[in-house]
Amino acid sequence: MSNMHLIDDILADDIKMEANRAGFGRGLVAAGKLDKNVVAACADLTDSTKMNGFAETFPDRFIEIGIGEQNLVTVGSGLAAMGKIPFVASYAAFSPGRNWEQIRTTICLNDQPVKIVGAHAGVSVGPDGATHQMLEDIALMRALPNMVVMAPCDSVEAEKMTLAMAKDKRPNYIRLARENTPVITTDQTPFQIGKAYVFRGGTDVTIISTGTMTYQAMVAAEKLAKDGINAEVVHVPTIKPLDAVTIVESVRKTGAVVTAEEAQIAGGLGGTVAELLAEECPTPMKRIGMRDHFGESGKPDELIKHFGLDSLHIAMAAHAVLDKK
Amino acid sequence: MHKTLTIDELELKANDIRQDIIRMLEHAGSGHVAGPLGQADIFTALYFDVMKHDPHNPDWEERDILVQSNGHTVPVRYVTMAHAGYFDRKELMTLRQLGSRLQGHPERTKLPGLETTSGPLGEGLSQACGMALAMRMDQQHHRWVYVTTGDGELNEGNNWEAIMLAAKYKLNNIITIVDRNNIQIDGPTESVMPLEDLRAKWEAFGWHVIEIDGNNIEAVIDACAMARAIVEKPVCIIAHTIPGKGVDFMENNFHWHGYFVQTPEGPEVKKVAKEALHELRTLQGKIRSEHE
Repeated sequence: MSNMHLIDDILADDIKMEANRAGFGRGLVAAGKLDKNVVAACADLTDSTKMNGFAETFPDRFIEIGIGEQNLVTVGSGLAAMGKIPFVASYAAFSPGRNWEQIRTTICLNDQPVKIVGAHAGVSVGPDGATHQMLEDIALMRALPNMVVMAPCDSVEAEKMTLAMAKDKRPNYIRLARENTPVITTDQTPFQIGKAYVFRGGTDVTIISTGTMTYQAMVAAEKLAKDGINAEVVHVPTIKPLDAVTIVESVRKTGAVVTAEEAQIAGGLGGTVAELLAEECPTPMKRIGMRDHFGESGKPDELIKHFGLDSLHIAMAAHAVLDKK
Repeated sequence: MHKTLTIDELELKANDIRQDIIRMLEHAGSGHVAGPLGQADIFTALYFDVMKHDPHNPDWEERDILVQSNGHTVPVRYVTMAHAGYFDRKELMTLRQLGSRLQGHPERTKLPGLETTSGPLGEGLSQACGMALAMRMDQQHHRWVYVTTGDGELNEGNNWEAIMLAAKYKLNNIITIVDRNNIQIDGPTESVMPLEDLRAKWEAFGWHVIEIDGNNIEAVIDACAMARAIVEKPVCIIAHTIPGKGVDFMENNFHWHGYFVQTPEGPEVKKVAKEALHELRTLQGKIRSEHE
């Protein structure tokens, strides 16, 4: 319906699959070509965070930190202090999982535009299990003044997001996933930091989603359409600062909300939307996400279903919230 | 900066700085005292001789950088900066007050001339590594990053991550000065968490180490000159200092590490400050370089 220039058929069997971290890797090389001040540092995970392209293209602007995430972000702060635009990458479980205070003091309070890249976030990391399935990163980063918090829905958006981060003067956090997920946006799909986008227009219920869960939300909307329910999907690539205008406008229209994320609801997208709506526009609401527990080993698809994060559960939540309307 | 002061004059300057530290802490009613007094000679040397900087243009692109990892000792930096001309000495009396640029721990965004925000320990060296790497990428071979760090804060693992990184990249543009005063909040460093053999540790991690009397201004200046001449490694200057230096009853007593009002309360603060100032005023010539 919209002018979002999404792919034609969300439900196609042959939908293109790619991990959003791959888009980040392409975006980083492109950003490096546009601005010589873009530099990168990694904590011994160069290939899996997809920094390898940058490291090969710009070896003099890449720093291998070794396994030391506290050092990773504080070195980033020092690079930024001298005018560099540092992207610093590890797994989200370790950065920002381990080094929160360093990020708070030397990046946020110190107001340096370090770009923190948290890869392999969410339960979809799969077999590695709960230790590596970062679910609290959104809450950790959202609580920090000055920090911008983002989660791209696919690899195409991740690439645009990375280029935008290189131009943004604030500390940024980008949350990436390990698994291949459907590519639902195109080069023409708009992206700006701080904007939420109505990916599908509707009148009965608003599904607000972030990261790769937006695909699940879009599929859920298709399912709901078969039940005669016209769902609106608002994709929120920037969790902080939240695009309150777009969200409140949609919710005022539909009068019912479901949020969807692959993270702890407490402090996550569900938390921030609930806080916004409680103040601005109290509305019947259901939140899909992790409810105060950890993940476990398993196949990514299995885990998404097991923890109730798939399109079916989103659609069920929409039915439930409509009953409360 | 302009090298206009003789060693004798620098020693008098350090004494003036010590007196202002006591005055500002007395006025503020809280703040760390022993570390600032112990480092007065190091900061005097850095701001009045060693570093290239311009108080009237704090963002001067060719300046040397001073990262104060031990942010809790910032009173010595504020006072030295005021004496160097960054701001009026009167502003020292706003320390720790609402709306002041002189926060209890240093904040870069508040006061021009501060290079970073610090206080939580063990984070300065890593930032210095980032700065030194950026300078190297930009071919700025004429600039140095000086780091002051406490000894107790070497308990922090973040430091050792940075120490390894600096050695890996041979960041010879970093000069770290360890304020080796042997005290931390819970007591002597060697009983809280032993650091010795500290020199051997830095050397084993790939650094060149110079040990000096950190209360000897001439030794600080000489060591920094030597450090700048060493090209193959980063340099650590272990500066042995006396915490509370200059005020007899504060020297070497870990109770004075912490807050000024912690031990003597209420009206006692004034008495302590008065005694400390009296000692410092009659001290002139006592803290001396012993170089020949």
